[in-house]
Amino acid sequence: MGLLDKEFAESNIVITKAEDLMNWARLSSLWQLGFGLACCAIEMMATSASHYDFDRFGVIPRPSPRQADIIIISGTVTLKMATRIKRLYEQMPDPKYIISMGSCANCGGPYWEHGYHVLKGIDRVIPVDVYVPGCPPRPEALLEGLLKLQEKIRHESMVKKTV
Amino acid sequence: MKSHEEILEILKTKFGEAIIGMMEDTKNDPTIIVDSTKILEVMQFLYDDENLSFDSLMNLSGVDDANGEKVKDEAENEIIKGGTLSVYYHLYSMRIKHKITIRTSVPRENPELESVENIWKTADWHEREAYDMYGIIFKNHPNLIRILMPYDWEAGYPLRKDYKNPEYYKGMKVPY
Ligand code: SF4
Repeated sequence: MGLLDKEFAESNIVITKAEDLMNWARLSSLWQLGFGLACCAIEMMATSASHYDFDRFGVIPRPSPRQADIIIISGTVTLKMATRIKRLYEQMPDPKYIISMGSCANCGGPYWEHGYHVLKGIDRVIPVDVYVPGCPPRPEALLEGLLKLQEKIRHESMVKKTV
Repeated sequence: MKSHEEILEILKTKFGEAIIGMMEDTKNDPTIIVDSTKILEVMQFLYDDENLSFDSLMNLSGVDDANGEKVKDEAENEIIKGGTLSVYYHLYSMRIKHKITIRTSVPRENPELESVENIWKTADWHEREAYDMYGIIFKNHPNLIRILMPYDWEAGYPLRKDYKNPEYYKGMKVPY
């Protein structure tokens, strides 16, 4: 169970697995690369703003990929941008996570057929952890995506490889 | 304020042959067709003249008229030979509050005309876009490079009607 179970019963001593502690710390402070692409980015900004308050999950936008744990691909990825996104991703330190937000980033969205300039899915360039469907997804949907990612991190192991 | 007929008359008396006429059967704004070799002089006049004073270039865009002959190339792809590409200039005078559209056509095989960047700075990026999308060359443009597509895009000009998208760009698959 949770980390703080025994806090009060046994006078401020917490007993837990090191792995759980690490995972709990990591999933509670997912710093996001401040990065938005198209219409979906507006929705991502709304999620960050006071009404939905991304901050309560520990998601803070960072200006540098070196300080980021997670990158939200929020919008249409053009071929020109894809090369830049790849570089940003490679600049992020491990462990790093990716949320693909919206139909465009998932599969090309409305540009799937005639978008001569659009990459049909960001997963052709970098590995995606969570796909959030919608055009654009509502802030609630993005929050759900983040909770799914937290769930994934919670079950990760430092010794065993997780799938 | 001048009507489009009056503007056409002023241009005709000044430039004669270089003004080809009014575009017929269009539902759009009144459009005057101008010879592409004289475009810079005509535009400069529209800007300078006291009674016209077109101080704002609202928009400049390329168009593929696709009026050439459709043929098959060696790889069995349909391409267009001959015909024209066009450039449309939407002008507005903020002082007099009248507007007009100018159209000029260049041959598809050699799409070259003078840049109007010297007259309206707006034209800088608009001409780059027309170059990027249609391959229209604007002579004496200070920096005619692609503006939207990647700088190293080699597959051609995407808004031409016979454009074929490549299979791969830098190892990324392009079609769905
Ligand atoms: S998925 Fe829809 S809302 Fe999001 S970037 Fe694409 S077109 Fe815009």
